This record gives sequence, C-alpha cells and structure tokens, in this order.
Amino acid sequence: MKNSLAAKLMRDNRSLDIVLVLLGTTILWELAVRIFHAPAIILPPPSAIWAAFMHSPWVFIRNMLYTLMTTGIAFAISVVLGVIMAVGIVQSKFLERTLYTLLIAINSVPKVALAPLFVIWLGTGASSQLAVAVMLAIFPIVINTVLGLRSVDPDMLNLAKATRASKFDIIYKIRVPNALPSLFSGMKVGISFALVGAIVGEFVAGGRGLGFLVLTAQGQFDTTRVFVSLVLLGIMGTILFYAVDVAERIALPWHSSQRQPNA
Amino acid sequence: MNMMASPVTDAYLRINGAGKTYPSKHGPVVALSDVNLDVRPGEFLSVVGPSGCGKSTLLKCVAGLEGITSGNITVSGKPLMGPPDGMGVVFQRDVLLDWRTILDNVLLQAEFLGHPREQYRDRALQLLERFGLKGYENRHPWELSGGMRQRASICRALLCDPELLLMDEPFGALDAMTRDDLNVELARMWQETGKTVIFITHSISEAVFLADRVVMMSRGPGRIVDIFDVDLPRPRPLAIRETDAFGVYAQRIRHHFAELGVLHE
Ligand SMILES: Nc1ncnc2c1ncn2[C@@H]1O[C@H](COP(=O)(O)OP(=O)(O)OP(=O)(O)O)[C@@H](O)[C@H]1O
Ligand SMILES: [Mg+2]
Repeated sequence: MKNSLAAKLMRDNRSLDIVLVLLGTTILWELAVRIFHAPAIILPPPSAIWAAFMHSPWVFIRNMLYTLMTTGIAFAISVVLGVIMAVGIVQSKFLERTLYTLLIAINSVPKVALAPLFVIWLGTGASSQLAVAVMLAIFPIVINTVLGLRSVDPDMLNLAKATRASKFDIIYKIRVPNALPSLFSGMKVGISFALVGAIVGEFVAGGRGLGFLVLTAQGQFDTTRVFVSLVLLGIMGTILFYAVDVAERIALPWHSSQRQPNA
Repeated sequence: MNMMASPVTDAYLRINGAGKTYPSKHGPVVALSDVNLDVRPGEFLSVVGPSGCGKSTLLKCVAGLEGITSGNITVSGKPLMGPPDGMGVVFQRDVLLDWRTILDNVLLQAEFLGHPREQYRDRALQLLERFGLKGYENRHPWELSGGMRQRASICRALLCDPELLLMDEPFGALDAMTRDDLNVELARMWQETGKTVIFITHSISEAVFLADRVVMMSRGPGRIVDIFDVDLPRPRPLAIRETDAFGVYAQRIRHHFAELGVLHE
C-alpha cells in the first residue's frame, strides 16, 4: 500500500518535471525572440502562436479532431489486424515463412516513401490516409507481438504438456497473456507511428487535418499557423502515448509492478 | 550396504535399456545410454550426477515429454505413450504465471488436466495452508519470495493428487536455509501421502536426506553407475546430516564421483 503510493508520487513528480521544463522552455523562447528580434517568419514567439490559435480556434480544433479520428481508426485496425497476424505467424510454419519473412523485408524499407503509391491506388482522401497510417503502425505491433508469443519459458510449456494442456489452453492461458507486455510496447510505438502516418497521409492525400493545415500555412509562409498545428500535434501525440501507457497500467498491473522494482 | 540394489519385483515405473540420442547440428548427441531402473511404488528416489549427464533428459523421458530412442519405459505395466496419468512436475524455475494469483496458479493444474476448477478450490487452499502460504492465496507471484514461489509450484504439482511426482532440481536456486525448510516439508508431505517421487539434485546431502534410494549417474554417455539404499529412520530431523551413518552415505557418493574424475577430493 505504502509502496504503491510512493510509486505514484514518483510518477507525479515526473509529470511535474515535464510541466516545469515545458514552461521554462516557453518563457526562454518568448524572451529570446523578443531580445534578439527574430522575424516571425523564422520563429514566432509563443504569445503570437497562442494569438493565432485564439483567432480561429475552431478551425484548428476541427482539423485536429479529424487527424485524431484518422489516427484512432488506423491504430484500432493495426491492433486487431496485427494481433491476428501475429497469432497466425506463431501458429503456422507456413505463415511464418511467407508472411513474416515478407513483413520483415518490407519493414526495412523506409515506408513513408511508399505513401504516394497509396494515392495512386486509392486516390486522395480518407482511405489513402488510413492506409498510410496502418502501414506504419502495424509493423511494430505485429513484430512485438510475435516476439512476445514466442518468449514463453520452455519449462512452462513442458509443464503444460506434462499436464496434457490443450492447444487452446496453451495459447489463451499462456502465450497470449505472456505476449501482452510486448503487445503494449508495440502499441506505444504503433500509436506514434499511426499519428505520423495520418500526417503523412494528409500531406500526400490531403484535404483536411492538421497535416493539411501545416501544408497550406507553409504555402502562405504563415509560420505562426504552422507552429500552431505543430504544437497541437505535439500535445496530441503526448496524450495518445500516455493513454496507451495508462491502459497498460490498468490492464497489466502485474507487469507494471514488475518493471518498477520497488513498487 | 549392498553394492547394487536388489531387483525390484513390484515396479511402478520400469525403465528398460533406455537410450536417448538428440539430433543436433554437430551430429547426434547421446544423452542416455542403456539406462535400467525400476522404481517401487511409493518410493523416494534421488538422482545425482554431474552436470550434463542426462538427469533432466531422463526425467523428460519419464514424463513423456521426450521420446526415448531405444529400450522401453512402462508405468504400472503399461508402455509409456506421452505424459502418464497422475503425474506432477516441478522444475528448478517455478514457472508461475505472473498475471494469476497464487491460488489461480495452483488451480492451473486442474484446468490443464481438464478438471472443473471449483472442485479443486478447497484442496488448493488446504495445500497452500500445509505449505505455509495461508494468507497469500490472492497475492501474485511477484509479491512472494523465491522459496514461497517454489512452495506454490509444489502445491500446483500436488493439486490433483498425483501418484508420481517428478522434480528437477526444484531447490537448486534457493538459499541454504530455505532449502533445508523445503527439504523437511517435502519429506513430511511424502511420508503423509506415499507418492512415488523422482528427485533430481546436485546436492549430495539433499539427495541422501530425502531418499529411500540414491541413483548415481555419470557422463559420456549418460548412464547409471550406482544405486544404493539409504537405511536411515524416518522421520529424519535435519540434524541427522551430522550423524556418522549419514556421513557414510554421503561419502559413498563423493567417493564414487571422485573415482569417475568428476569431483576432486
Ligand atoms: N534438446 C536437446 N538437443 C540436443 N542436445 C540436448 C538437448 N537436451 C539436452 N541435450 C544434451 O544432452 C546431454 C544431457 O543433458 P541434460 O540436460 O539431461 O543434463 P543434466 O544432467 O540435466 O545436466 P544439469 O545437471 O546441468 O541440469 C547434454 O550433453 C546436453 O547437451
Ligand atoms: Mg538438468
């Protein structure tokens, strides 16, 4: 009881650190721009970024929600598809040799470069954006889950076989729960990649979203509006990452407690 | 003390000229060669031998996890095909599942064997109490010490009341004091229940303390080099290890391994 309270305080301390660092950076940034008279087209001060946001908040928020939706849907597809693929790969020698080999091979390609292909195949619009985001997010999820499903202690499997456990029991009572920590670390990378994919998708197949706003603001050399979008993206990325982190703590208390030796 | 144990007529487990060769990249590895061993029902058998002499392989063959490549094994007169009925296993690592409570870990045995969990709940709680884990039923493995975890894994092996208990260096990773405790608890459990136990260990004194008979194995290829009875009264207090009679048995094992060149005196 006391230990878990201590762990919580530690965590809160860290978020306090983050807030303080961000606050300090913002103040320094504002001061530096004012002291050195940096032109707004190079580096607008935080106050100007805030003013630009307040000038038309709903435009930003609407586009942010759009990007959030693309990211969320792509992430959900990646998790469901990724886990199914991983279970298949671990269960079937054939899928391991074909699908897994292919995935590993494609994974070493800088996949962002494939984004324009999707525009040719699927046209501009939401489906291309989703496809790009899924393509980026699914790899860490599949690969981590495969590793997790495989990393069962051989003696645990011996024990299961010695007690004549069914194949079903071995998968659902041993392998899958054993893979959850790896799945979650894949998901933490995956959620960030889904966001990157959504933005890249908006760059190449745009129309809406924060990525599209960045692109149009850049076209008008409106650096301040570029920064508004970037700040919103940063906030979104952080919140999404911590959402997965919190989900992990709730879903896998046994794992989080193991990671912190004193908790 | 007879040199080789007398032939066993009422064998529960009979290992007949068993051999095991593993295929490997560097050619076949002979892990066991012509192993003959009869285990009486209700007997406590310790197996000692240098690292790599095939102790774990022998245990896996008896457990039906590995097939032997020559000879045969029978359990209660029936040839062994896969894991036999009524068997429990304990390994050096406790392999408890971190996401399950201690009680649920113990009940896993029933789930795997296809028995209804609820039927074994009371027995699981009794076993946990017997092994000093009362009050820890709803804790998770990572909240327990190594000794407590190994106790839980013994409870798991005992849950469905197996006739045969196979243990592969179960106390090898524990400190000396915890090990002593568990030796006493295991001996007590064995005396109360009369299970047949095959117990692999690296510790000579542990082997003698627990056993009715000690099997000594040697390397290159893995084989049995000596079997002898341990005629010490039961229940045995830990202090029995300081007696002369005990020392004679321990010395016999040590002497044997020294002769084989695996232990230097
Ligand atoms: N799956 C395997 N494939 C190939 N060789 C194996 C395999 N398992 C064991 N061996 C070999 O068989 C021999 C006996 O191994 P085993 O694990 O049975 O020894 P052990 O007596 O249990 O040793 P230890 O005391 O260190 O646990 C060793 O030479 C080992 O390298
Ligand atoms: Mg071994």
